[in-house]
Amino acid sequence: MEFNAPAGENLFDRSKIVGKSTPRIDGPLKVSGRAPYAAERHDVAANQAYGWIVGAGIAKGRIRSMDLDDARRAPGVIAIVAATEHEPVASSDFNYAPLFGGREVSHYHQAIAVVVAETFEQARAAAGLIRTSYANGDGSFDLAKVAPGAPLASDRPSDSAEIGDFESAFAAAPVKLDERYTTPDEAHAMMEPFATIAAWDGPKLTVWTSNQMIEWSRQALGSILKMDADNIRVDSPYIGGGFGGKLFVRSDAVMAALGAKAAKRPVKIAMQRPLMFNNATHRHATRQRLRIGAERDGRIVAIGHENWSGNITGEAGENATLQTPKLYAGANRLIANHVAQLDLPEGNAMRAPGELPGHLALEVAMDELAEKLGMDPVELRIVNDAQGMVPGEPDTKISDRNLTRCLREGAERFGWSKRPARPASARQGRWLTGMGVAAGYRAAPTMKSGARVRMTDRGQLIVETDMTDIGTGSYTILAQTAAETMGLPLSTVRVELGDSGYPVSAGSGGQWGAASSTAGVYAACVALRRMIGEKLGFDADAATFDGGQATLDGESWAIGDAGALTAEDSMTFGEFKKDYDVGTYAGHFAEVKVDAYTGETYITRMLAVCDAGRILNPLSARSQVIGGMVMAAGAALTEDLHVDKRFGFFANHDLAGYEVPVHADIPHQECVFLDTLDPVSTPLKAKGVGELGICGPGAAVANAIYNATGIRVRDYPLTLDKYLDRLPAIA
Amino acid sequence: MRSFTYERAASPAEAAKAVATTQGAKFIAGGTNLIDLMKLEIETPTHLVDVQDLGLDQVEDTEDGGLRIGTFVSNTALSAHPRVREDYAVLTRAIQAGASGQLRNKATTGGNLLQRTRCAYFYDTNMPCNKRKPGDGCAAIDGFSRQLGVIGTSDSCIATYPGDMAVAMRALDAVVETVKPDGTARAIPAADFHRLWGDTPHIETALEPGEIITHVRLPAPVGGQHFYHKVRDRRSYAYALVSVAAVIQPDGTGRVAFGGVAPKPWRSEAADAQLPNGAAAVVRTAFADARPTEQNAFKIPLAERTLAGILADAQTGTRS
Ligand SMILES: Cc1cc2nc3c(=O)[nH]c(=O)nc-3n(C[C@H](O)[C@H](O)[C@H](O)COP(=O)(O)OP(=O)(O)OC[C@H]3O[C@@H](n4cnc5c(N)ncnc54)[C@H](O)[C@@H]3O)c2cc1C
Ligand code: SF4
Repeated sequence: MEFNAPAGENLFDRSKIVGKSTPRIDGPLKVSGRAPYAAERHDVAANQAYGWIVGAGIAKGRIRSMDLDDARRAPGVIAIVAATEHEPVASSDFNYAPLFGGREVSHYHQAIAVVVAETFEQARAAAGLIRTSYANGDGSFDLAKVAPGAPLASDRPSDSAEIGDFESAFAAAPVKLDERYTTPDEAHAMMEPFATIAAWDGPKLTVWTSNQMIEWSRQALGSILKMDADNIRVDSPYIGGGFGGKLFVRSDAVMAALGAKAAKRPVKIAMQRPLMFNNATHRHATRQRLRIGAERDGRIVAIGHENWSGNITGEAGENATLQTPKLYAGANRLIANHVAQLDLPEGNAMRAPGELPGHLALEVAMDELAEKLGMDPVELRIVNDAQGMVPGEPDTKISDRNLTRCLREGAERFGWSKRPARPASARQGRWLTGMGVAAGYRAAPTMKSGARVRMTDRGQLIVETDMTDIGTGSYTILAQTAAETMGLPLSTVRVELGDSGYPVSAGSGGQWGAASSTAGVYAACVALRRMIGEKLGFDADAATFDGGQATLDGESWAIGDAGALTAEDSMTFGEFKKDYDVGTYAGHFAEVKVDAYTGETYITRMLAVCDAGRILNPLSARSQVIGGMVMAAGAALTEDLHVDKRFGFFANHDLAGYEVPVHADIPHQECVFLDTLDPVSTPLKAKGVGELGICGPGAAVANAIYNATGIRVRDYPLTLDKYLDRLPAIA
Repeated sequence: MRSFTYERAASPAEAAKAVATTQGAKFIAGGTNLIDLMKLEIETPTHLVDVQDLGLDQVEDTEDGGLRIGTFVSNTALSAHPRVREDYAVLTRAIQAGASGQLRNKATTGGNLLQRTRCAYFYDTNMPCNKRKPGDGCAAIDGFSRQLGVIGTSDSCIATYPGDMAVAMRALDAVVETVKPDGTARAIPAADFHRLWGDTPHIETALEPGEIITHVRLPAPVGGQHFYHKVRDRRSYAYALVSVAAVIQPDGTGRVAFGGVAPKPWRSEAADAQLPNGAAAVVRTAFADARPTEQNAFKIPLAERTLAGILADAQTGTRS
């Protein structure tokens, strides 16, 4: 089915199941331990052996030798696949640094061996006996040093653009802001580590793994292992978080496959946590410059956003300018993304890649501009809210946008009018209190998505698609969609996900998953409805499906009478969408208290008012948004991969050193959805929310800290050592 | 992790002897620090002697009105003990500021005193570290040192003793009771228990090989208002950037110990004497010989500001 024109009125406008808060249908499995993660799938292959990945001890250079003798003789060891004895694996379109690269080391903790043994403990112990000697190479690890010479991004030309005459308009503007911001490298730090069980059957390989994008990964694994992807099955039904870190095949899958081949047995690998931070991908650090020129009434006349980041290939940086063409009006505009070459581990997608750091800079710059203008920061954003066309892409129409409503409603609900007008003016005892606001924009792309629906002769509906549920609630919204479309109770629907044997879906990434995959299931259900209509002799497209009956012109058919049927289809998205920017919008608010003595920041309240079209399941959507807000709080206050610029690695590579927020950091969060519909998005008029929640709250926190203390820190995270000397003097 | 053998000793002297006479042996209590380090092969004992059956799991009143805490008393039990809450509140607050509920259930008194540093390079066996491997060099001095020590450090090692409980114990003038492998007992004042690194940062305490901690003794209560303010980057489950344990008397005198800044809880009687003169005077005295790195120099003004907050709260009777 092709979605080739904006959706008119359809069955979802009368929905009974879609759009209603629905507890996750996989919830009982999750809380009773019956939704196994990859490493817990003891039953999928008999005789599993355990693999332990050895990571490189240097960042750049060459392996001189690996002494494997003691490890090979260690108890329980079945096989060792080592970089000195095995050719490098090939590359794929989905990873920049080789996942197993022979003697050349291209980043710290890159996989250089896998030890396979009878038990996990034996594999780990034997790995400790491998002695590796290296010839150290020179690497580039200091973004601040190389950024000034970094070229403009060449891989994505759209990353840089100028409209009008930015420099002159900025120079002429009566009110100007020109500031620089930095954001650090960040880790996904998802709960479940990378994990895979791999098993060979002749030329066929099965990997039970933890992955967001089944088809990408099947194809990538084929390229990497130089084998026909049709001989590969990827299965990933339950995933303990990914945040973009599991969009791609990683070394756990590759080394499990190589280990299983060498051991002639299924091999299981769960990556040890201390390896996760340097072996895996991460969010790239950025250095940003914002220049905004405005009239005295607040209207922006010039907006320039320049960004510098680095990556191992010198391409594919963190595009922190992504939201800037979309959010605010202004006739003269400049966008520039520079990417330097760095020998740190591979930077790649992490929840709202580009937009998270972009909002941390842009939305603080707007706060600073509001102060220069003597304007309320909510009003400044509303004055510059884009109308009709995308400001930075004047040929692109806006599908449906309610940012002003988000901000107004948020301000009302949050009690914004009580915000201290002057910074550092509200103090109670040792506490300085303040409020901050930020706008949020995140694109809502859609991608082709397929599904198969099977109606059994017992009246059950089974949905099969390689879509994944990374903790987001995909199982539930797909069941809701199928139940709604077929007019069956939710309890009759079973959803099977994550298996490459199922039709290819959009997968989970870029907040496209929910909108695309529900549209795909809708397409398959429409095909099934037509099969039923054909069999029972009615026009399914004209009929209403409800309560197990199809009704048309006063006549009814029990759909179960059609017997067992299977339908498969995909939703594709037509050319007309290219004329539109389909985005999601939010007004984010935060309140903090800062200890005037120590500078410790406590977030006391957070609110997000979101505009994201039809909300398929308000319960799981809320979880997505507040999860994003937690991550944004981490980005604002604590999360920071510390680069050791001599050794070229992230030094704090465990969960004690890399501090994500804990419960005590996040006392009170609220999330409100506007009742909007976006007919350009999908037939369900729905958009994703998984990344909207992280776009903006960090800046709202930073702005609240400024409001509380009068201190502006532009280098994230905002740890107290960066402003201790600017806190009020102590008696 | 290397493979190891395991035994449970029946008396402190037996346990001490077992560790002293078995090559590569170590005690194990709650295991929350030791096992983690063994998984990373930072610790590689070949034999473990478990202290859980030694009957050292009671908190008893002493004749002088103090308390005697068995080494196997858990952090949870100690912090919740009615007399500790009543008379040694700084200790309750310090313990509860540490780790997490689950960890405190397992963590023991002796094990907590002996927890090892959290220096990131100590935790990465690819990196040079004098503490892990004497003579290897120190990766932290010119590296990621934000968390590390500002005073009492050396050219060999700038790590900290990272714990909380011991900071309060130092403020309370606790005494560590031990038994040596030859069966003799001794009492080590908290002040002398942890050593400065010098050029032997792998030797961290006054304990001799095989010497076992049996108890920690707290002298009679000293009254006053009790404070423990642990400053950290997130609100729980993080080590201190700086912590301050203080007991402040109505006349403004008192005692103060700093955590997160040195190889040991940092306290000096000369600095205590400055308390009536305010936080700046105390910190100027206590940190006179500080040698911070560029990354952790903030710890000294932070210590001052944290103490100033405590002194302000002491005056108004609010506890931080
Ligand atoms: C994630 C995490 C966060 C933490 N956060 C904090 C924190 O914020 N603040 C804090 O203070 N601590 C923190 N800790 C550390 C925790 O307090 C210690 O791990 C714990 O107190 C150690 O006690 P244990 O009984 O488990 O010691 P074990 O691990 O059993 O032993 C530790 C050491 O003590 C020796 N030992 C044990 N008992 C004796 C004895 N009787 N005589 C001689 N030697 C002995 C052992 O040989 C070993 O070397 C944290 C730990 C973890 C894992
Ligand atoms: S500071 Fe101490 S623990 Fe850290 S690397 Fe240096 S010697 Fe090792």
